[in-house]
Amino acid sequence: MALDSSSKRVFKVVGTRPPRPDGVDKVTGRALYGADVSAPGMLVGRILRSPHAHARIRAIDTTAAEALPGVKAVVTARDFARLEGDKIIDMGEDRTSLRDVRDNCLARDKALYDGHAVAAVAALTPEIARAALKLIAVDYEILPHVIDVDAAMRPEAPVVLAGRAHENVPGGMSPNVTNHCEFGHGDLEAGFAQADRIVERSFTTAATHQGYIEPHACLASVTGDGRADLWCCTQGQYNVRDICAELMGMQASQLRVTASEIGGGFGGKTVVFIEPVALLLARKSGRPVKIVMSREEVFRATGPTVSASIDVRIGMARDGRITAGEAVLRYSGGAFPCETVDMGAQAAFACYDLRAVRTLGWNVLTNRPKEAAYRAPGAPQAIYAVESVVDELCQGFGLDPLEVRLRNAARKGTKSSYGPTFEAIGLEATLEAAKAHPHYSAPLGPGQGRGLSAGFWFNFGGNTSVSLSVNTDGTVGITEGNPDIGGSRASISLMAAEELGIPYERVRATIADTSSLGHNDVTDGSRVTFAVGLATIKAARDAKQKMCARAARIWGIDEEAVLWEDGAAKPSGPNAGDFPPMTLAEIAAVSFKTGGPIAGHNEAHADGAGVSFGVHICDVEVDRETGATKVLRYTVIQDAGKAVHPDYVEGQMQGGAVQGIGWALNEEYIYGEDGRLQNAGFLDYRVPVASDLPQIDTVILEIPNPGHPYGVRGVGETPIVPPLAALSNAVSRAIGHRMTRLPMSPPRVLEAINAGR
Amino acid sequence: MRYVRPETAEEAADLLGREEGVSRILAGGTDVLVQLKSGLVEPDLIVDIKRIAGMRDITPEAGGFRIGAAVSGAMLGEHAGVKALWPGVVEGFELIGSTQVQGRATMAGNLCNGSPAGDAVPGLVAAAAVARIQGPGGTRDCPVAEIPVGPGRTALGKGEFITSILLPARPAGSGDAYLRFIPRTEMDIAVASAAVSLTLGAGGRVAAARVALGAVAPTVRLVEAAADCLIGTGLGEEALAALAAACSAACSPIDDKRGTIAFRSQVAGVLARRAAAIAHQRAGRTS
Amino acid sequence: MKTIQVATTVNGDGAEFVCGHDETLLDALRNRLGLTGAKEGCGTGDCGACSVRLDDRLVCSCLVLAVEAEGARIDTIEGLAQGETLHPLQQSFIDLAALQCGICTPGILVAAKALLDRNPEPTDTEIRYWLAGNLCRCTGYDKIVRAVQDAAAKMRSA
Repeated sequence: MALDSSSKRVFKVVGTRPPRPDGVDKVTGRALYGADVSAPGMLVGRILRSPHAHARIRAIDTTAAEALPGVKAVVTARDFARLEGDKIIDMGEDRTSLRDVRDNCLARDKALYDGHAVAAVAALTPEIARAALKLIAVDYEILPHVIDVDAAMRPEAPVVLAGRAHENVPGGMSPNVTNHCEFGHGDLEAGFAQADRIVERSFTTAATHQGYIEPHACLASVTGDGRADLWCCTQGQYNVRDICAELMGMQASQLRVTASEIGGGFGGKTVVFIEPVALLLARKSGRPVKIVMSREEVFRATGPTVSASIDVRIGMARDGRITAGEAVLRYSGGAFPCETVDMGAQAAFACYDLRAVRTLGWNVLTNRPKEAAYRAPGAPQAIYAVESVVDELCQGFGLDPLEVRLRNAARKGTKSSYGPTFEAIGLEATLEAAKAHPHYSAPLGPGQGRGLSAGFWFNFGGNTSVSLSVNTDGTVGITEGNPDIGGSRASISLMAAEELGIPYERVRATIADTSSLGHNDVTDGSRVTFAVGLATIKAARDAKQKMCARAARIWGIDEEAVLWEDGAAKPSGPNAGDFPPMTLAEIAAVSFKTGGPIAGHNEAHADGAGVSFGVHICDVEVDRETGATKVLRYTVIQDAGKAVHPDYVEGQMQGGAVQGIGWALNEEYIYGEDGRLQNAGFLDYRVPVASDLPQIDTVILEIPNPGHPYGVRGVGETPIVPPLAALSNAVSRAIGHRMTRLPMSPPRVLEAINAGR
Repeated sequence: MRYVRPETAEEAADLLGREEGVSRILAGGTDVLVQLKSGLVEPDLIVDIKRIAGMRDITPEAGGFRIGAAVSGAMLGEHAGVKALWPGVVEGFELIGSTQVQGRATMAGNLCNGSPAGDAVPGLVAAAAVARIQGPGGTRDCPVAEIPVGPGRTALGKGEFITSILLPARPAGSGDAYLRFIPRTEMDIAVASAAVSLTLGAGGRVAAARVALGAVAPTVRLVEAAADCLIGTGLGEEALAALAAACSAACSPIDDKRGTIAFRSQVAGVLARRAAAIAHQRAGRTS
Repeated sequence: MKTIQVATTVNGDGAEFVCGHDETLLDALRNRLGLTGAKEGCGTGDCGACSVRLDDRLVCSCLVLAVEAEGARIDTIEGLAQGETLHPLQQSFIDLAALQCGICTPGILVAAKALLDRNPEPTDTEIRYWLAGNLCRCTGYDKIVRAVQDAAAKMRSA
């Protein structure tokens, strides 16, 4: 559904900032999250995890645990249903192997990382469950492990999983290399030949974690006749259902999954970890089973980001024109294959209009937990490396980094570095807004540095179902299938109210369980406001058409002679007759006498998600004696398309920026020589705290997305992309030394300063 | 695990002395409960000392203050007298954890946890504070500096626990300060830290000084060589540089997830220098 | 004896429960008393999602044993609103969109209330340091600080 022809549409409700419908529940403690429900007779489920980074599981003896009074079930990987071959699960933005999901939930032949689940128990109390775990004897044969992505590519590296290389991976490489991709166009060498300066650098970025405050939690119940219910915190209840049903050997229709309120996800709750295990335990014990992860389990055994090693080479002419760009990306998504490097390789140069560009990507297996999506997966690392080299070239020529980006900016008609030609995009406008912002021209003090970075994300649409019911009192209910992770009930309700011409307060949006509505893809790819909004508008238009038909019937005129305007059906056209408009409430009030209940619905695959660009400006001050970096000022400028609820658009921009700041400065997975994670807690996995930060200023640009009737674009992911380079460029300029490794923790910054003394 | 709440210190020491399994004292609980959660310790006995008389009191004594073992950071931070006399000790203690943790954490607990990175400890050592210890056989006093003997280990014997810490009186013209380095602004464990306590004498020269470093050795370390760099000087650039060098030289830290040997050694010197300047300024105000 | 009987006061009402010797106050509130507003984000005092007041002191309920509540006064998020009337902090958090997923919100509101009780006119910096033990991963804290200021201003002029 393309942008409404009147793209200068005046909105009445969309663009306002009303209170969110779930606000009172969430400020009073009433909202129910994953761990907040219980069931009669409920057991406590706990998981035994591998203490080894890599080990063959010779045997698991559960007899002593089973014999412990109060233990009602013990399960291992053998309890899963047999899989006939493998199956690829389409998760919308991402694809994953069912076999890998199963083996990640409970290790089968090998434990592949520290924290990998190997068995689980259900018991009457947490104490008994904990005691039972100690009674499970696992016979491990410890194997050599590999943690570092570059080390894992070497031919002599320990092999994490053999036989998993995609057919496009050349022979002779380590079996750990599973995927390869290549993007680009133009004559690279000719491009570099035109350059007045070429900078080539290598970068590394640590694996980071989404750091949602709510640990994974679920409550499973399976009855003797094969029906099951699952309550869990997830970004996509339908995917949970489909995966769990396959692993349990159940029909999807017999498993109802209800999404709880969700305490953050950022991509990390798009996959399953404990849910299939809870179902196994519930089936085996015949009682409801609740599993709640500890924070330590969240860090050790959910899905952090890839760790990356990246080489970038860029040529620039003296006037700031980029003549050629090349990047080689080596990502490790942990112990199972993943395709995240594809997105990094596509995104790396997406901000630029280049005649010659090439990116190569490699995915490598390591003994780390399997990566999950984290806000624009794969893009922050790649764009960090590219934007760092562009900044260094600007410094070398003494050019303004904004002018150089404007000069080379991708625009409408640009053949993107990853193939498609861009439609209307907002990068130039975003750069111009950054240039005009007072932050960009504010003076800097001694020891301070200013960094700039552009960023990009694709955004995604995907499969969506929405049902909209018109109640007889003139109110409207929307049933949608994506958990409200940051205000989407409000934005969906705003679009419904706008389309129907009724007040926002008369709309109530409800998140459906999997039995109450058709399929919805997971809440990812910044898709909800775009795609669910689109489906909501279409469902509202469906309902409007039906209401016009009812009015036509009441008036005794043709349906075609009735149109919907300002929340009411009106006769239209020369032969329609002269009837006073009938409001939604009036039509709804008599609906039982004019044909029955009125509802609209829409089920579709939403295409047309518009790409989005952002520019971040960051000022830092570095303590030259300790290497500590203080963020003094931060501004986020982003093309959001039409901002449906501007408060929550700003919130996405601020939250994404701060996650990026954490990634740049302090967050990292730290492994010991033994391959075990050393900082599995919020004490040493250092997410930004309130006192670390300044205000995060925001500028929303609204360049309409041609692929949405209101011009809506995805917003949520792009803001995590620019901070890595914005911070690195700021610190590099402040200390006079180019930083090439994230995070820029104080010891690394001090080392760089010392080297330059 | 058995939880008990004795009414007297003697009763507590008796319970602790007779316990054959693992026992833990509960005052603020901010370390003990974390250890329970992680399964690091599985005590058989928990002795809550908060109901024992005096444990939550701050009492003037001989020109100084006796701080009960269950006095929280929040309580100490609200005590104007202690803050005026030993500002460095108070600010060091107040750096531990969050507002929430400050509502519970105690100096005695920070000391007995035995971590070389405890933020309350260097200030106490620099202050020459003395712990009063209750044991099955009675009470004894022990300098705080002698309590920690290694990571996680203390000089306390079977059945012994700290009931209070005495912050001594100090002459006019004295000041102290504590600084630590952490990667964030709050919520981290010190990567390196330094406490300086000094007294100015005639002509504004340093008459006495004590310098203690945290997180750079198996225990909090009193560095006499560093104090010697200050004594007799007017705390000029040269003395401060010598102090920093002496502190860095006194470090024998480890490489770990929080910092490197080189980083800790260098930064400990920087912090000592900065803390000395603050202590000097404070001493000037009270002389 | 595996359990202990505890008599306490929660949000002004008397409450009694039976708990294990090693059970945390957070677990007792959630599992014995059904007050699930306080959340467990870490269990180690690093995230503040379980913040409650214990005899007026702001604490992490995950770092308090349930038996320590004996004779004490506990205040939780469930007691912040007066019936249907939201506390000004709650209203400001809704009005200024200071929450996204909402999991940290109960803890932050309890902590912010403790701040305003002792300092009705805090600076932004004071708010940020007071709330440093309350992790929020969604908002970047910006709107939280603004909402606390908004509520403080409204409470001062009330």
